[in-house]
Amino acid sequence: MADSSNHPPAHGSGATAVATPPPGPTVIGPGHDFETVSKAISEIVLTRRTPLGWVFGFAIAFLFMMIFLGAATYLFLKGVGIWGIDIPVAWGFAIVNFVWWIGIGHAGTLISAILLLLHQKWRMSISRFAEAMTLFAVACAGMFPLLHMGRPWLFYWLFPYPSTMMVWPQFRSPLVWDVFAVSTYATVSLVFWYVGLVPDVATLRDRAKTDFGRKFYGVLCLGWRGSARHWARYEMAALLLAGLATPLVVSVHTVVSFDFAVAIVPGWHTTIFPPYFVAGAIYSGFAMVLTLAIPLRAAYRLEDFVTIWHLDVMAKVMLTTGLVLAYGYGCEAFYSWYSADTFERYMMWNRMFGPYAAAYWALIASNIAIPQLLWFKKVRTNIPMLFFVSLVINTGMWLERYVIVITSLHRDFLVSSWGRYAPTVWDWAVFTGTIGLFLTLFMLFIRFLPMISIVEMRTLLPQSKVTEHEAQEA
Amino acid sequence: MHEATQPELYGMMAEFLDAGDLVAAARAVKKAGYRHFDAFTPAPIEALQEAMELEHTEVPLCTLIGGICGGTVAFWLEYWISKVNFPINVGGRPLNSWPAFIPVTFELTILFAALTAAFGMFALNGLPRLYHPVFNVPRFSRVTSDGFFLCIEAKDARFDRAGTRTFLESLRPREVTDVVP
Repeated sequence: MADSSNHPPAHGSGATAVATPPPGPTVIGPGHDFETVSKAISEIVLTRRTPLGWVFGFAIAFLFMMIFLGAATYLFLKGVGIWGIDIPVAWGFAIVNFVWWIGIGHAGTLISAILLLLHQKWRMSISRFAEAMTLFAVACAGMFPLLHMGRPWLFYWLFPYPSTMMVWPQFRSPLVWDVFAVSTYATVSLVFWYVGLVPDVATLRDRAKTDFGRKFYGVLCLGWRGSARHWARYEMAALLLAGLATPLVVSVHTVVSFDFAVAIVPGWHTTIFPPYFVAGAIYSGFAMVLTLAIPLRAAYRLEDFVTIWHLDVMAKVMLTTGLVLAYGYGCEAFYSWYSADTFERYMMWNRMFGPYAAAYWALIASNIAIPQLLWFKKVRTNIPMLFFVSLVINTGMWLERYVIVITSLHRDFLVSSWGRYAPTVWDWAVFTGTIGLFLTLFMLFIRFLPMISIVEMRTLLPQSKVTEHEAQEA
Repeated sequence: MHEATQPELYGMMAEFLDAGDLVAAARAVKKAGYRHFDAFTPAPIEALQEAMELEHTEVPLCTLIGGICGGTVAFWLEYWISKVNFPINVGGRPLNSWPAFIPVTFELTILFAALTAAFGMFALNGLPRLYHPVFNVPRFSRVTSDGFFLCIEAKDARFDRAGTRTFLESLRPREVTDVVP
């Protein structure tokens, strides 16, 4: 370091080595260093007064969460009969919403784990709130099987524990696999999220203006002090968690699809389900990430961190997974014809032209037709258009689960057992209520925790790079 | 240490202007034969880990052991429940229908491995530890923004108040501070 004494204090030798930004797409706006990044992200939590927009948004979200609370209370009083479910459609909204929410969660894990392993730098600024989205979506998803049980206070019967009843869960049932898959997914997502948060919360501790803030964040960050020895283990653990979360996320929606595919109901009993469920999960998850990211970056002026290029890349991921999904729909239709099975063929005909045809064609329009707009760069970089497409995909993915659950169940093998399904006002109340629960948790998250990983943004800056030249000089 | 008038020290902390200087310093400290020292940075610095020759096999080992335990426990539990404790004959299928036991075995392998990776990492790092002497350095709060620090601990055999200070000052730090315990 022969020349280090000549450095102006503001610029490290690392910064001068990479003075000109590399050409091509940007993952972070120009002119940032460690301090500005830390300040920009931590100030949202620490110093600014609660913005009026946040209060307004939180109030609405909270109102919807109260609808959930009311609907769940009435459900506990009366039982699941207040819902539209009956034989033959005993699953109804509960399972539709469960699959929808759990699928949304998948994008968070994809962004934080799979793209980490693939060294995709653009994931860094969106990974934190995408992970938060995962957690809250899984929490909402978990509500539905619990409420659908009828006696939710007995949920622990699902776990293998030595009970006085001397019975055990049936380990050959996909529904039991589901319990393990979803609870593992929730736990691992929480741990992964928390591990990522620890150094950022330490930043909040050191920047907190109030004594309470220092104590609160100080305890939450476990006394993190940025030790190089700690960072080495920390990075290894983060890498391992990413490696573990990657097969996990694929397994979760695979197991969810087994809930259907292992049954012999027409339209469900098909091997295309696991891959096509996973693709659909990522598709809907990215749509939800965009739905959340677009208002957030505008409201909190995060355009430097979530650049237009991020949105463009996410739109491309949606386009790709959407095409995989379209292939899945195609396969489903083709194989129900090719199977030459009366019930399979009838199921597909009924799905397309039966009483729920409107839902089917709306799903095709919103999951296949409209997203083709994303082929155009003009649409991918047009923020209102992109927001619109992401909302359409969210709706489309919900319709997909509705069509899969309802059309297969309402007319299966015996004409005498056919029936119809219509959701009641309580179905809608619980569903919109979980959206309120999700948004409430999300609003609290953006108010009290850094919504972008400060540490990961730092690693994008030249300040964190030590060139080979400098290392040799020592 | 022998000057009775001066308080006991935890160590001596040097702050550097940037990661490059810190890496060079860490290399020099290592070369000088110090063993009990640590660097503190706002973000993980790859070159620093190389300079300090940090090799960590404990976290992966913990994770591996956790994963093996999780998988073994899950499969054993399913086998024992289905074959030994509560056998149910479903259409004459084998009681040990192992393919059906794989999803839960897989999930619990991941669960145990992930939990040991995360909590093993925290335990090996000695966290949570809310108080640490390095927090006594006034500027140390910069470590979570843009501060780069290196601390040589007093328990190191080569530590000597005057000598270590002169040595650290030769590494072009921003400043050198005593760290009280």
